[in-house]
Amino acid sequence: MSNGDIVHAHQFDDFAQQHEASWNGMWVFLGTEVMFFGGMFAGYTMYRYLYPQAFASASNHLDILLGTINTAVLICSSFTMALAVRSAQLGARKPIMIFLLLTIVLGTVFLGIKFTEYYQKWVEHLIPGYDFSYTLSLARPAAIFFSFYFALTGVHALHMIIGIGLLTWLIVKAHRGRFSREYNTPVELVGLYWHFVDIIWIFLFPLLYLVGRHLG
Amino acid sequence: MKSEHILSVKFYAAIFGILLVLTLSTAGIAFVDLGGAWNAVAAIAIAVGKALLVVLYFMHARYSSRLTWVFAAAGVLWLMILIGGTIDDVLTRESITLPPLS
Repeated sequence: MSNGDIVHAHQFDDFAQQHEASWNGMWVFLGTEVMFFGGMFAGYTMYRYLYPQAFASASNHLDILLGTINTAVLICSSFTMALAVRSAQLGARKPIMIFLLLTIVLGTVFLGIKFTEYYQKWVEHLIPGYDFSYTLSLARPAAIFFSFYFALTGVHALHMIIGIGLLTWLIVKAHRGRFSREYNTPVELVGLYWHFVDIIWIFLFPLLYLVGRHLG
Repeated sequence: MKSEHILSVKFYAAIFGILLVLTLSTAGIAFVDLGGAWNAVAAIAIAVGKALLVVLYFMHARYSSRLTWVFAAAGVLWLMILIGGTIDDVLTRESITLPPLS
């Protein structure tokens, strides 16, 4: 495919402008995503300030080993995603598919570990509003912590599931030979989304898992 | 044609390595009592550092146009307003008491 084959939509002067619009449009979308998660982060900050003791105590009920492993798994998936985008920039069809597949595998491992953790919480009666038992003096604010835990990690996991769907769609397109050195915008944009979801987790990990470790 | 920056695999691997080291450090530091709010400060500082590496290099913000920077910075700015505007209210009030459980 030569450069001349790339067709841009009629409202754009040229392909570069179209690419710039798509790229910046994705960043605007990610800005709205920041605000979407931001409400929960703001609520978390407020309640952690109000109930530091309960948040520290409740945080120690999370599995720090699984949390750390999952952080590493997700960072690893961002690495393979970056390599998928790089392959797309080079127009290498096979490597795009391999790296996208690796990213999906790592994303699935992350969700599997997350599910294991959810199951542990269910066994330990730490599901607010359904089955929650905790040291009585801290029970109510600890339930608030776990509400944030499930809401934040749940919405994050939903983003991962959507991401895996997008990656699958990219693999199909890559298989059909739709991407080239000149045209690989969808791979780049899904890459941005995937890295963004990684960043959310980079903040969730310390805010949820590491609050009260130093207090024993 | 669009101008793009193709980074080497080695470079991405180096960023990946730094991110893993920072992950292990933040988990390790969490067990050390730094006193007062310093544990929280350290955890957030490391998270911000990791996020910056991802944004600048994995998301290519470093090689993007100024307009992209504006969009990225806007997200952070509004988040700060959201969290700042919430917490300043809480900090300057009498503490709220919750109704007793059940």
